[in-house]
Amino acid sequence: MKDCKRYIGDIGQMKQSFPTLRRKANSGADLVYLDSAATSQKPECVLQVMDDYYRRYNANIHRGIHTLAEEATAGYEGARQRITKFIGAASAKEVIFTRNATESINLVAYSWGRKNLNAGDVVLLSEMEHHANLVPWQILAAEKELHLEFIPVTGDGLLDMARYEELLRLEPKLVSFIHMSNVLGTINPAAEMIRKAKAAGAVTLLDGAQSIPHFAVDVQELDVDFLAFSGHKMCGPTGIGVLYGRQELLQEMPPFLGGGDMIRKVYLRSFIPNELPYKFEAGTSAIAEAIGLGAAVDFLAEFGMESVAAHERELTQYAMQVMEDIPWLHILGPGVGQRGGVISFTLDGVHPHDIAQLLDWDGVAVRAGHHCAMPLHEKFNVPATTRASFYIYNDHNDVDALVESLRKVKEKLG
Amino acid sequence: MDDLYRELIIERNRSPHYRGELDPNDYSFQDENPLCGDNIRIDVRTDENDIITEAVFSGHGCAISQASTDLLIEFVIGKSVEDVKKLTKDDVLDLLGIQLGPVRLKCALLPLKVIKAGVYGLTEASDDLVEGD
Repeated sequence: MKDCKRYIGDIGQMKQSFPTLRRKANSGADLVYLDSAATSQKPECVLQVMDDYYRRYNANIHRGIHTLAEEATAGYEGARQRITKFIGAASAKEVIFTRNATESINLVAYSWGRKNLNAGDVVLLSEMEHHANLVPWQILAAEKELHLEFIPVTGDGLLDMARYEELLRLEPKLVSFIHMSNVLGTINPAAEMIRKAKAAGAVTLLDGAQSIPHFAVDVQELDVDFLAFSGHKMCGPTGIGVLYGRQELLQEMPPFLGGGDMIRKVYLRSFIPNELPYKFEAGTSAIAEAIGLGAAVDFLAEFGMESVAAHERELTQYAMQVMEDIPWLHILGPGVGQRGGVISFTLDGVHPHDIAQLLDWDGVAVRAGHHCAMPLHEKFNVPATTRASFYIYNDHNDVDALVESLRKVKEKLG
Repeated sequence: MDDLYRELIIERNRSPHYRGELDPNDYSFQDENPLCGDNIRIDVRTDENDIITEAVFSGHGCAISQASTDLLIEFVIGKSVEDVKKLTKDDVLDLLGIQLGPVRLKCALLPLKVIKAGVYGLTEASDDLVEGD
């Protein structure tokens, strides 16, 4: 951890602790990485702990008696402990390692959903969801004849709270929604929405893929039943994610994937599932990645999630201010007070794909497309947008580079 | 790299020569690139010898896909339906006169996929239509 700690509080030094941020783009320009909503860069300390695992104590976890296995198990379970604390869970039994937020949501759909949802039941989602929180429910709805309902998005890019309350009168069995929109940047009022959903008798699932990396979330304070998030958007590696679930709910849920580690006893024709959280972790887990995510959590905790949020708020405010002044640029979504560090926009006369390509020549990495939220783009009547997203390692210089490059794009193609 | 947005592509994107719709038509097909949402429809009219007499496109997309479509249509007018079936990725790249990475290649090849699916009378376009050399 030493290596990352040194840089905390100094943005210039902070960039130095992310190896990828020191390289150049193909054009030879300095890299300006504004695509953290897709995946964040990884600090040296995260890379080191994973390397260390493979070099020094690579072994399979649990059941092993030998030295390496013991150390590997301690590393893996230590990561789980850190994540438990990071999200304010009551017990490490409630923290299940998955591949990513998508798999976490699928786990809930296949295990909890299959057991508890029946024909005619209502599942309430929002129009703001990305595909990960739409498709699993569409699959289940087709299988179980469920009714999917959607909280509308207003023209300002907010969830329509009046309609939400009306939809709750349908007595949905589950309310599942995105905490922070990966397209509009909107931070939804999760605490209030969860309170209302619970009052209406619903189980709640929060898609935290964009929120957990960027601001403090406490599952007990929110009183949410399930929370899904990915490691790779929060300075951790790919291939590791988390499902938090309230213990009483997880206890009653049938296993999701079957295999080793998720069982206590196996007979030729039957099995007894293991206890939590192992019941939901079949097969050899992504051990190095879990350890890497543990280091990422340490890194963020050291920085402090309040500081992460404050840094991004200030940067987003600056970016919005500069970009709103450009007459041919149109930003989707709400004003500064209600959004995180994600800015999706369109540019008059230039397709997002061309924007992203031309920005890349200047070393500016942004994303173009529908950002895995096709229905939302349809709603705003744009086929695609360009998205710039920020994280702890971005600063005003990055925003200035973006805007300067956008002006060149407009000149060339607009 | 500046080649990618050479004058021809910028010009054809800004003022395409073959925009529009044909109704009735002999072949019409529409498809989109799920990656970026680019959407292109091509309508074709042929004469009694299956020679393409008219062709136009509609939809929206990036400069590469728009220019590629416009140039491809220009190229196929006067050719036979059988000729269109034989068109390959390289024919389109020759028209554009640029080299493309894997992502932008999909933009450039969308019109080829669309017109081939159209003349083959397919209900669904497949990447197989534009792969190979």
